[in-house]
Amino acid sequence: MNKHKDVKIVVQGGGSGTGLTQVSQGAADIGNSDIFATEKSGIDASQLVDKQVCVVGMTAVVNPSINIENLTTQQLVDIFTGKTTNWKDAGGPDQKIVLVNRPKASGTRATFKKCALGGAEEAAGIEEDSSGTVRKIIKDTPGAIGYLALSYLDGSVKVVGIDGVEPTKENIVTGKYPVWAYMHSYTRGNPSGAVEAFLNYLMTDDVQKTIVPELGYIPETEMKITRDAGGNLKNK
Amino acid sequence: MERVGKPACSLTLRGGNVKKNLTYQLFNLGRSELLGKMLTTGAVAVAIITTVTIVFFIAVKGISTFSSSGVSVFDFLFSTKWLPDRPLEEGGPQVGVLAFILGSVIVSMLAVLLSAPLSVACAVFIQEIAPYWGQRILQPAIEILAGIPSVVYGYIGLSLLVPFIRNYIGGLGFSVLAGILVLSVMILPTIVSISTDTLRALPREWKEAAYALGSTRWQAIRLVLIPAARSGLITGIVLGLARAFGEALAVQMVIGNTRKIPTSILDPVITLTSAITMDMGNTLSGSLWNNALWSMGLLLLLMSCFFILIVRLVVRKGGITP
Repeated sequence: MNKHKDVKIVVQGGGSGTGLTQVSQGAADIGNSDIFATEKSGIDASQLVDKQVCVVGMTAVVNPSINIENLTTQQLVDIFTGKTTNWKDAGGPDQKIVLVNRPKASGTRATFKKCALGGAEEAAGIEEDSSGTVRKIIKDTPGAIGYLALSYLDGSVKVVGIDGVEPTKENIVTGKYPVWAYMHSYTRGNPSGAVEAFLNYLMTDDVQKTIVPELGYIPETEMKITRDAGGNLKNK
Repeated sequence: MERVGKPACSLTLRGGNVKKNLTYQLFNLGRSELLGKMLTTGAVAVAIITTVTIVFFIAVKGISTFSSSGVSVFDFLFSTKWLPDRPLEEGGPQVGVLAFILGSVIVSMLAVLLSAPLSVACAVFIQEIAPYWGQRILQPAIEILAGIPSVVYGYIGLSLLVPFIRNYIGGLGFSVLAGILVLSVMILPTIVSISTDTLRALPREWKEAAYALGSTRWQAIRLVLIPAARSGLITGIVLGLARAFGEALAVQMVIGNTRKIPTSILDPVITLTSAITMDMGNTLSGSLWNNALWSMGLLLLLMSCFFILIVRLVVRKGGITP
């Protein structure tokens, strides 16, 4: 900020769709989102240029009283689609399962549904529009299960691995753990001037090695694989 | 009040300071009454234009769900299938909001059912039973309730009420019951203050006549005052209902927002307002999903028009109102 006094940056909050809408309407120079522009209907994705700045992992989390360390994909799908309603059917205690979802329009839910549940439709459960509230509810409600971005973990809820793989940074960068999303910075057309300079700055070690991991994200530069909008993995 | 106010006002104009009089004379404002007219007309114009613009905007956006996306009004109102993200190949996006409408109706109706008798009783106490400290202590205390921001109500509900219900009554805590309790406290001041004003406006002679005929205080209240204040009390209750219907934040924090029709008072539920706030940040303007949220907004607007209409009818039908 001190180095570039003539550039003013205004950051505005919003959900996964807000950034995309604002940038495609020209209301913002850079639109951030955790989904691919092609996944959102109503956006002209061909106009937008995608810069993947970092990666965030997402994990299933349960109330600390549930003594489960790991679930198979099938168990997870059964739980979230409402087929399994008691923890004892998934190897846990005799306790009713309480689903805690994010709203359907949330990027976290979209990623979790696509990568962890194979696109299966979740059953109706409690819905909260912020990850902080989801974390609080899972912590307080016996038998609760939900999902959070790794950046929201603070030890108050229990992390559950999927198919024996823990949601760690190592497992994500090598593509072993499937539930993660890019943090995209979109521009309308190729960036230029201050916008280009800022996006380039985001990819420097200054940001990638310090700020990004501090906030609980994984630097794009450390990813050993890439993934496209269709979900196909490739070695970098 | 009026009799005292008028001469004081003209005094300052006639005497007052010289500079002020000069401007008045220069623009001929004092004599022509133009300034006052302009100010009031301008204020009214701003109010009307704002209202009309908002209503127009909501209507245009809300109607486009049906006009441009081709959803039938019947499906929108009477289907419980909320699948706005489902692709066309798998049955298409569906935006049925019946569960949200029922959630709103159930929670706000029950809240009014709980709050209305309580509020009317409070109003009677303030006005008839203990007017001295009722009006000096109780009424201001109830008015403070109206000043507490709804997010604070929600936070208290989330931190105290939800765990209490979970631990001592049952269910998840996030429930219809929690929503009702939070809302009934929130609408209490609305109903109490309108009811108190109505009771106050009743002619004193009616009560005295009741006493003269040998009524006890309770009989006078029950048989004379409450029936006479009927239309004002109903107005208060309907406005309370309107407030309950429109409240979003506090309710959203305690009802659990489950998109299903509740079968028990301990089940989580979702209302129209909370369904809008849940999705609005993440949907793209112009998409069916976003338009459906506007349609819900339009529905809320129509509901509040309906409530206002009821109030107007009740008032016109006569009786004493504040």
